[in-house]
Amino acid sequence: MYDTIIIGAGLSGLAAGIRLAHYDKRVCILERHTTIGGLNSFYRQRGRDFDVGLHAVTNYAPQGSRRGPLARLLRQLRFRWEDFALVPQAGSSVAFPGVTLRFNNDFRLFEAEVAAQFPDQKDNLRKLVAQLIDYDDLDGSLFQRSTRALLAESITDPLLREMILCPVMWYGNARERDMDFGQFCIMFRSIFLEGFARPLAGVRLILRNLVRRFRSLGGELRLRSGVRRIQIEDGRAVGVELDNGEQLEARHVLSSAGIVETMRMSGERKELSPEPGQMSFIESIAVLDRLPRELGHHQTIVFFNDSETFHWERPQDEICDARSGVICSPNNFLYDGDVLPDGILRVTLMADYDRWCQLSADEYRLAKLHWFERTLASAARFVPDCRQHVIDMDMFTPRTIQRYTWHDNGAVYGAPEKRLDGRTKFANLFICGTDQGYVGIVGSLLSGILVANRHLLGDS
Amino acid sequence: MTPVEIREEILDILSDIAPDEDLSALQDDVAFRDQVELDSMDFLDIVMELRKRYRIQVPEADYPQLASMRSTVTYLEPIMKDMQRVS
Repeated sequence: MYDTIIIGAGLSGLAAGIRLAHYDKRVCILERHTTIGGLNSFYRQRGRDFDVGLHAVTNYAPQGSRRGPLARLLRQLRFRWEDFALVPQAGSSVAFPGVTLRFNNDFRLFEAEVAAQFPDQKDNLRKLVAQLIDYDDLDGSLFQRSTRALLAESITDPLLREMILCPVMWYGNARERDMDFGQFCIMFRSIFLEGFARPLAGVRLILRNLVRRFRSLGGELRLRSGVRRIQIEDGRAVGVELDNGEQLEARHVLSSAGIVETMRMSGERKELSPEPGQMSFIESIAVLDRLPRELGHHQTIVFFNDSETFHWERPQDEICDARSGVICSPNNFLYDGDVLPDGILRVTLMADYDRWCQLSADEYRLAKLHWFERTLASAARFVPDCRQHVIDMDMFTPRTIQRYTWHDNGAVYGAPEKRLDGRTKFANLFICGTDQGYVGIVGSLLSGILVANRHLLGDS
Repeated sequence: MTPVEIREEILDILSDIAPDEDLSALQDDVAFRDQVELDSMDFLDIVMELRKRYRIQVPEADYPQLASMRSTVTYLEPIMKDMQRVS
């Protein structure tokens, strides 16, 4: 009998596992995939290392910082700052037609850019920042208010509103069109006030440190062990049944599989289940024959949108939407002498899960090639054209995401309605990860920590 | 354990929870939260570490007694006087 069974060896499950194992709980993490990481995994292909989803770790704080989400999670997991080896970004931007706002890990650059391009909004930006610094992310009562409505109260220029919403929605909004204000505050702080960084080795460094720690504390990790069913008796979870029929008993179950997916595993009727998310993506990964900076591209991340209005929704007319996207180069961090072996450009577009699923095998292969070209052509409007320098490529689609993470609709940011307290209708079944409300590397880790602390480290 | 040993143990727990803090100048009569960057989650870890290391259960009503080093040692002294250090 386990104290806690954790479903999913992603960042949130591993963080929760470390907390529980550290305090001598008997804990087992079950992962259906052959490897760890979930939405933030890694792989090797044709001799090259790739990250699955990582563009950058948000919530950056320099060594020695004692406040903020990163410092908090390092303390809680007993890691040193060096264990994550975060290297800050070179500089990023939001690019709309005719106007670009640069930003980096020093918020004064973004303030100066806004002051230069939107002089009458300088004080309004201050107002907004004051408002979202005051937002308490543990107080759920204001979480679901409309960001578009609240943003209009401080930022009176509609174009600037769209330019602020673009990166914030791209990096963590599960809801179409509008955004929960709580989520907006968390994401704005993590991107603009804290900032981007990346370990030279990518997310695998962080994941390997987490797994090593979890195992050294006596935690059990089982790969290729998908959970088919969460067994419920008298309104309580009593254990799980694996895909191979094996049954395991536990006092608590903590699931990072998503709220809709977890309720389905618990036998809940579909109509009683919350709505699944709709936001999914394709990402084209171009391996280049030279470094991006040799093509004149020095930025870490560029969030682009080709009109004055930013549309954050499942593509309506096509299989993908090339109007807006995110261009990330893992080369463009301040590595201090170290270099990655290849130049890489990753470009993300919004995509429609249903349409990608309707394609036959041949159509799917063709669609990937077609959209790789379309994606790079779209990106070439905002960064130097790299199409003549591509020596290898890879791509993930909504189908890839669903196949390896089992998240409905390949919804990267999960269901729109978050469960901030981690509870479900079953007393000892909890959720962590994306659908608890925090996203990104730091957010996922904090989510696991928070739910473990609140519900699973009691006296039982 | 003597009060001095209990104090050392608490320092050990604090340095475990907050390895980046300089604890050498910690003042015993000033609240931890006024000297060390600890939020409520970290504070709970002091309680949890006491339980892990010494099987001491601190009831929630007694948490205020753990506000400073002095009050913590005073609170733990009768409980820990017959215990041996484990770390």
